Amino acid sequence: MPKWGLTMTEGTVVRWLVEEGAELESGDEVVEVESEKINNAVESPAAGVLRRRVAQEGEVVPVGGLLGVIADPSVPDPEIDAFIEEFRSTFVPEEEEAAGPEPQRTEVGGRSIQYLAMGEGEPPLVLVHGFGGDINIFVFNQQALASDRAVYALDLPGHGGSSKDVGRGDLGFFVAVVEGFMDTLGIERAHLAGHSMGGAVAASFALAHPERVASLVLVASAGLGEEINGEYIEGFIAANRRREMRDVLGMLFADPELVTRDLVNDVLAYKRLDGVEEALRTVAGSLFPGGRQARVLDLSGLEVPVLAIWGSEDRIVPAAHAGNLPDAAHVEILEGRGHMVHMEAAGEVNRLISRFVG
Amino acid sequence: MARRITFMQAINEALRQEMERDETVVVFGEDNAGGAGAPGEDDAWGGVMGVTKGLYPSFPGRVLDTPISESAFIGAAAGAACSGLRPVAELMFVDFMGVCFDQIFNQAAKFRYMFGGKAKTPMVIRTMYGAGIRAASQHSQSLYPIFTHIPGLKVVVPSNPYDAKGLMIASIRDDDPVIFFENKVLYQMEGEVPEEPYAIPLGEAEYVREGEDVTIVAIGRMVSMAEQAAEALADEGIECEIIDPRTTSPLDTETVFESVENTGRLVVVDESNPRCSLAADICALVAQERFEDLKAAPKMVTAPHTPPPFSPALEDLYVPDPERIAAAVREVAGAGARA
Amino acid sequence: MTEVAGARELGREQLLDAYRTMRTIREFEERLHVEFATGEIPGFVHLYAGEEAIAAGVCAHLDEDDYIASTHRGHGHAIAKGCDVKAMMKEIYGKAEGLCHGKGGSMHIADLEKGMLGANGIVGGGPPLVCGAGLSAKVRGTRQVAVSFTGDGGSNQGTFLESLNLAAVWGLPCVFVVENNGYAEATSTNFSVRGLDIAKRADGFGIPGVVVDGHDFFAVHEAAGEAVERARNGGGPTLIECKVNRYYGHFEGDAQTYRAPNEVEEIRREKDCLMLFRRRVVSAGLVEEEELDRIDDEVRNLIDEAVEEAKAAPDPSPEELLTDVYVSYQG
Repeated sequence: MPKWGLTMTEGTVVRWLVEEGAELESGDEVVEVESEKINNAVESPAAGVLRRRVAQEGEVVPVGGLLGVIADPSVPDPEIDAFIEEFRSTFVPEEEEAAGPEPQRTEVGGRSIQYLAMGEGEPPLVLVHGFGGDINIFVFNQQALASDRAVYALDLPGHGGSSKDVGRGDLGFFVAVVEGFMDTLGIERAHLAGHSMGGAVAASFALAHPERVASLVLVASAGLGEEINGEYIEGFIAANRRREMRDVLGMLFADPELVTRDLVNDVLAYKRLDGVEEALRTVAGSLFPGGRQARVLDLSGLEVPVLAIWGSEDRIVPAAHAGNLPDAAHVEILEGRGHMVHMEAAGEVNRLISRFVG
Repeated sequence: MARRITFMQAINEALRQEMERDETVVVFGEDNAGGAGAPGEDDAWGGVMGVTKGLYPSFPGRVLDTPISESAFIGAAAGAACSGLRPVAELMFVDFMGVCFDQIFNQAAKFRYMFGGKAKTPMVIRTMYGAGIRAASQHSQSLYPIFTHIPGLKVVVPSNPYDAKGLMIASIRDDDPVIFFENKVLYQMEGEVPEEPYAIPLGEAEYVREGEDVTIVAIGRMVSMAEQAAEALADEGIECEIIDPRTTSPLDTETVFESVENTGRLVVVDESNPRCSLAADICALVAQERFEDLKAAPKMVTAPHTPPPFSPALEDLYVPDPERIAAAVREVAGAGARA
Repeated sequence: MTEVAGARELGREQLLDAYRTMRTIREFEERLHVEFATGEIPGFVHLYAGEEAIAAGVCAHLDEDDYIASTHRGHGHAIAKGCDVKAMMKEIYGKAEGLCHGKGGSMHIADLEKGMLGANGIVGGGPPLVCGAGLSAKVRGTRQVAVSFTGDGGSNQGTFLESLNLAAVWGLPCVFVVENNGYAEATSTNFSVRGLDIAKRADGFGIPGVVVDGHDFFAVHEAAGEAVERARNGGGPTLIECKVNRYYGHFEGDAQTYRAPNEVEEIRREKDCLMLFRRRVVSAGLVEEEELDRIDDEVRNLIDEAVEEAKAAPDPSPEELLTDVYVSYQG
């Protein structure tokens, strides 16, 4: 059972996606798991045959617990059994919210910025979330990507645990925040990965400070075309009750069933905080007035390597915008995925990013 | 952002932050500061349980003690609300409502309607309710059904510190009269509460626990009781869904209906006395609106039709507990499916 | 109007205003007495006729942003505080264009924009509200005052006594006016009020209490002026007991058999406040009879129009049954 996010302590097995005896490639989806915050599929960590589906559908398994056993077909069954026995007798679930990195705070331009740092290695990767998001949208990505380098995720002003003051709320403002953040943490040069509005911020930053950007990853990014789902933006700002918010968040995913009640609750709890609605209105007014994107960025002169990842079923920012990138850009459109492609196909997205940033 | 404070501290913080934000918010009640006119310490009590401690020194002139004159000062809250202030008045124990109920249900509740929509009465009455501390008959009742019955009033019953702060802030910002019920036993309950101010909309229930088998609607302190019952029942293979209405007026019937559509079975846990209780109200609404979805008759778990007793041996039998709730759930779960 | 606070001398305009106020109340109430008997007016009305000098004398010192709270016998206070007469009439007839859109009626007639916190169906309901309005003025640092009008019956309510104490304890800018007309419904104060004067209850709370003749506009005006001035200057509350008489029953339909035969006729002959006022200002040469007669005519026309328009005005629509219970209500 993987650990998705800082607070996950257990998950419920929803559905096995493959039969015992199935041959698996690394990265294949094996079993659907539901945790408090999010539902997702666990991917096979290796190539082999699924020898045993240990956890039952409906069973609650603690983080780190045994879901299944993959092995080469030549491994005899008794050995599989013995392995399972030993695992069970020696496994101790982690204590509640066991040691993992905790978010920290820093000050940028007089504003308090919350961020989460994981891993080691240069140049680091900086993750920038989008409109209404926070560092938690990278819950399936940050840890995986941190195995090879330092990865920083920050809450932009107006979002998450950072100060709710968003100044003019335009791209220039957010670019300055990212710059200040990197300065404060002593990051001279980084790979930048941005999702949605965060992509526009990352791209703007790259245009303004190309020497500080090792590479640019744009996930379902804003800033590449005019169209944006204005109904979603308005709906997100206006929704104050569970039902409304659930319907709005459903637009983010190809499969609206991925929206859990906890996710809705977390977003509502964020939106209730004094100053949030005002901040979101300011940002939406600057960046998405009248349901259109105010600025389309021209990346043609950019010498920084660019990777764009999109879900084909993105209902917020059309995947077609990837076509507006210069020819040199790498573009990956993942079939059947929505705006939260980095969550819906986390494994694949992580692999693509890892390979790209090198 | 997620530090833990008590239910009482959460309410205190809500009052403080609203008083900082809006200078028309005033707080008054018996001993809300304490020590008035006495030679010793100012702010000696901060309310009989200490909920308002520390406010008087920070907002002198806006935190007032009162004589023991509920009809005068609760009525004053209504008059002040009509004339430019946003008062938060304390009715120390809801059991005292008898001496000031006219001001609440005939005056404050009806101004807007009687005056043709031209009055706005943005007041909050904070009041303690609930049995469990051996305070006996006249200090232990749960009288929110009576206030819920009155058109023109809103009634809030938080079950945890996060809700207490968010609902208090919302109540103060609400332009209608709100009666805010604080369970005296919950005051020391701890929970994660953001430091920043936030407002939870009134009329929005919370899913405390998800489950497929039985819906438990629980009010106030009964939410904790229901959670304990649900833990035990899960081991028996019965998955309970717990709904906390958070406010009894307005009541989020949609969420209750949504849950009952799913489970088909309903238990309502309400610490008030059974006749005309919230339990009776909710069961009747579900029976009327979602009869076809019910697979079994709903069950009400309430206090008995008695005043609250004094002796601990008796008071412990008075308040619904996890065992009684679990028994009700088993009954409802075991009842045959209707065709 | 506040220029006259505490002053003993009233200018011509003020005298004419005072007369017009009293005459308007008188005609309003007398006309209601007639119309009510036809059965067309729904519910209960309680007429103020005979007591006009009190409402006029007190409200002469009040601005629009001062507050008053009244009793079930509230038409006089509403008119004196500046509420619209035609809207009031429509309200009493239960019409949509009434002052409260027909939702309140005679007993709940109110206009917060004019500082009228409402007539009140609960005897003794007003004093606590007035403490609230006084508290509001004090906290916000304004010079507003809040005045409650209570009957002799209401002065026995716990709310009244608690309010005197609370206003004194909190030092509120309030004036508590007791209109002692000798009868609480059908019971005489000889039975129900112990102690010499209700005003003496003020002594118990350490606040000033005065007795004035409620038929004498000038006596009321002077006492009220002092009390209002005291309140505005932070001197705390005052109790003014006005001894007066009501001409009509507790409610319309009350045959008043508890009163002596000819009791009312004698009062009308000897002590009518409008008669006394007219006599005094005319004989002092302050105002001409004709001017007062003209006001009488204008007022009668106004009341005629008010009744005609009220009778013809539309009822509230069925949807309005459900409106204005809350500012907002989402469940």
